[in-house]
Amino acid sequence: MIRVLFFAQLKEQLGCEQLDFPSAGIGNLADLKAALTAQGEQWQPLTQTNLMMAINQEMADLEDSVADRDEVAFFPPVTGG
Amino acid sequence: MLSDKEQLRYARHLLVEHIAEAGQVKLKQAKVVIVGVGGLGCPAALYLTAAGVGELTLIEHDKIELSNLQRQILYKTNHLKRSKVEVAQQQLGATNPEIKINAINQSVFNSNFTSLIQNADVVLDCTDNFKTRYFINQACVDNKVPLVTAAAIAGNGQLMAFNLRDENSPCYACLFPEPEPNEESQAGLNCATAGVISPLLGVMGSLQALETMKLILGQTKSAGKLTSFDAWQLSFSQIGLRKAKSCKCCN
Ligand SMILES: [Zn+2]
Repeated sequence: MIRVLFFAQLKEQLGCEQLDFPSAGIGNLADLKAALTAQGEQWQPLTQTNLMMAINQEMADLEDSVADRDEVAFFPPVTGG
Repeated sequence: MLSDKEQLRYARHLLVEHIAEAGQVKLKQAKVVIVGVGGLGCPAALYLTAAGVGELTLIEHDKIELSNLQRQILYKTNHLKRSKVEVAQQQLGATNPEIKINAINQSVFNSNFTSLIQNADVVLDCTDNFKTRYFINQACVDNKVPLVTAAAIAGNGQLMAFNLRDENSPCYACLFPEPEPNEESQAGLNCATAGVISPLLGVMGSLQALETMKLILGQTKSAGKLTSFDAWQLSFSQIGLRKAKSCKCCN
């Protein structure tokens, strides 16, 4: 399983803070993002272009590989001050 | 050197191992620019003033409205309709008359920003919209001025310190590339549309002041990280950042 975490307004938009996603067939972050968004309409907020992603608390790119038991996090930019 | 009065005023800093007299002198010699004196800028400016940062430049062009008073803690009910920077300058001056406070009553775009930040030690982004954030980030990258940026909305806060004197430092656009003009804007949310719980701004603005002081004191360990704060869970989480090769801002 891959532990997936969502931050800031993504939590509210997806109605989900964290989930465990099967790692079968997931090679990199792009695969994971595609598999998550394929779950249905409510996952569309993940398609926004300027989401920052991290693997095991380090910033990562779509091409970076994800393995079983990794922790992946999605961060949207936050403004307001 | 500190005067006798300053020795007394900053006595509780002088006792702190990581500050002491040498650190307090560094703070006294430091120049800091704060863009936006709203929910984040008020607590950040208050702490930096009280802490003895020698010169503060405040950039803000709004006037004080009733709906600001829930969180913009420099402003009082009798200040309504007055210019934020002017009231801020007056209030901060009363907090600490030993320091210099410059009030720039302009939008950052019309403020001759490069000349304001060229000799600064740190810039604080306390603004509430993405257009301004990208503008400030680019100017700090171009002039190699460290940037401490924070944001807060609803119950969520983000904080990042970028030590842009270091060429390997990431910048704000490395994390969140500026959307192309033809891309759909994701920038719909701000405090006016989504609201914000008042003390969250105190948490995030105080963290900005803390990170600013650490950069001045040469404590750069926590720079280059994204700290997220969830007010409802009372939880912090931290991500290590890296420079993006594809970043159009800092390459
Ligand atoms: Zn960059």
